[in-house]
Amino acid sequence: MTAPSLAAPLPARQKSRAWAKLKRSRAALVGLAIVGFFVLVAVLAPLLPIDDPLQTSWTAIRKAPTAEHLMGTDDIGRDVLSRMIWGARASLMAGVISVIIAVALGLPIGLIAGYFGGWVDMVISRFTDALLAMPFLILAIALAAFLGPSLMNAMIAIGISAMPVFIRLTRGQVLAVKTEDYVEGARSIGLGHVDIMTRYILPNIVSPIIVQATLTVATAIIAEASLSFLGLGQQAPAPSWGSMLNVAKNFLGQAPWMAMYPGAAIFLVVIGFNLLGDGLRDALDPREA
Amino acid sequence: MLAFIVRRLLVALPTLLIVSVLVFLLQKLLPGDPVLALAGEERDPATIAYLREQYHLNDPWVLQYWYWISGILQGDFGTSLRTNQPVAELIAQKLPVTIQLAIMSMAFALLIGIPAGILAAVRKNTWVDWLSNVVALSGLSIPNFWLGIMLILFVSVRLGWLPASGYESFLVDPLRSLETMLMPSFVLGTGLAATLMRHTRAAMLGVLSQDYIRTARAKGLSPREVVMSHTFRNALLPVITLTALLFGELLAGAVLTEQIFTIPGFGKLIVDSVFNRDYAVVQGVVLCTAVGFLLMNLVADVLYMLMNPRMRSAS
Repeated sequence: MTAPSLAAPLPARQKSRAWAKLKRSRAALVGLAIVGFFVLVAVLAPLLPIDDPLQTSWTAIRKAPTAEHLMGTDDIGRDVLSRMIWGARASLMAGVISVIIAVALGLPIGLIAGYFGGWVDMVISRFTDALLAMPFLILAIALAAFLGPSLMNAMIAIGISAMPVFIRLTRGQVLAVKTEDYVEGARSIGLGHVDIMTRYILPNIVSPIIVQATLTVATAIIAEASLSFLGLGQQAPAPSWGSMLNVAKNFLGQAPWMAMYPGAAIFLVVIGFNLLGDGLRDALDPREA
Repeated sequence: MLAFIVRRLLVALPTLLIVSVLVFLLQKLLPGDPVLALAGEERDPATIAYLREQYHLNDPWVLQYWYWISGILQGDFGTSLRTNQPVAELIAQKLPVTIQLAIMSMAFALLIGIPAGILAAVRKNTWVDWLSNVVALSGLSIPNFWLGIMLILFVSVRLGWLPASGYESFLVDPLRSLETMLMPSFVLGTGLAATLMRHTRAAMLGVLSQDYIRTARAKGLSPREVVMSHTFRNALLPVITLTALLFGELLAGAVLTEQIFTIPGFGKLIVDSVFNRDYAVVQGVVLCTAVGFLLMNLVADVLYMLMNPRMRSAS
């Protein structure tokens, strides 16, 4: 059964207005450019004319940056620049995939809690409160350790730890929207729960979730770096910014470049996602003209 | 007021109950048998059977949970598999270290965040505002552990001004204690300062647009008086609530900072126990952080009630 006339999903006009607003925000554009740059580098990593990130060289151990190795070499003579570039893949992938996991779990659960209310909502909300009472990073560390150290498990651990935020956000948005006339209308013409949730409620609550997801990518990238730094994420010899820092901290006196670049990269990409998220928040907020 | 606190405590109880179930299940779902680790090299079947019996491992999970939780309610968090120390004792030992770190970090955060937030709001859309926002954004985006590493590199390794690691109890040698905690608390405080700055700025801007501020200006109060006694006082409410909430999060934030500066606190205990698969400690610590977090939530609510005259009369 179709009933498009009653629907009030994000119309194309609103989307283009959001884009126009985003384009006017210089901060958001800077964020977009930073994120775009890192994504490009990560995607093009196999094509770039750089050294093999795993290639060790006993004649080039902890060499300071030179024309040959722009960011120097690490403790077993690997090129830091190429490890940085390949590490971008791990970091960005971890950030995005863990947020996808968090949204994929949190959104439906929050939707169900908000839509059905009653005891379903009670149970889900108490469960969410309990998860939120366990600090994000501690939960991620505990889960990652229990799942076993690997990049995939770190992503799952971060995703699950970030999930309650999305449950709570979605639930709150659903509560605000579900008494609207168009939802009542959809119900009155006999649409099923799933139809109402996915076609009438979801399109109207998606904006704040996109904003939160963008900002959570920033948090997730730091979390992945933290887990890898502790040895719970990306495993050697594959590069990730966090695991590079983990090794680098042992050579601070002799090879500071090993620590400087990976951290600076995390810093920059996280700024990028934060700027983009803030910009999206302003652009997608219907209250602001 | 008391009724309010009791009511809030009652709401927190089911949450705590679910946390305890999750923490309990976390261990049950783990691969590996804790008894095998306890039984030692020989893995004598009789010993294993005895241990299983002693730790109630043959009972249904519900019963096991009951034994575990009733022990905890009596202050028995179990024993560390590694050091054989009671978990409660371990926590009591490490917690004060982290609380000192948390208090010093919060001091940094308040000293930087609140003045910066006030300035940014009062000088909205000037370079001061712009600079504060850039600094705040950086504070939010910089990975704590990297900031720590960089500080160690420049302040300790290069300049030799402050020790890179080590910890001294405040009760034993206060000066040395402050010295070793200075960099860690700065590292931990920056992110909080950024959050506080943003919220102070937003709260100040909200109050500055109110009618009574225009009245205060119109009756000829100096800008300083308007900002401090009329605006800041009223903007303080959400900031205080936030501070209490951030305190709860500090416990978790300490994890990596303590790791970097090798501070023997709560955060390092978590990481060490996770790596040693010392489950009793992990359970105790996670439960403890959750209690701390919920407690700070309650404190935030109570402060909000106390500070807000409208809420006070309502209760």
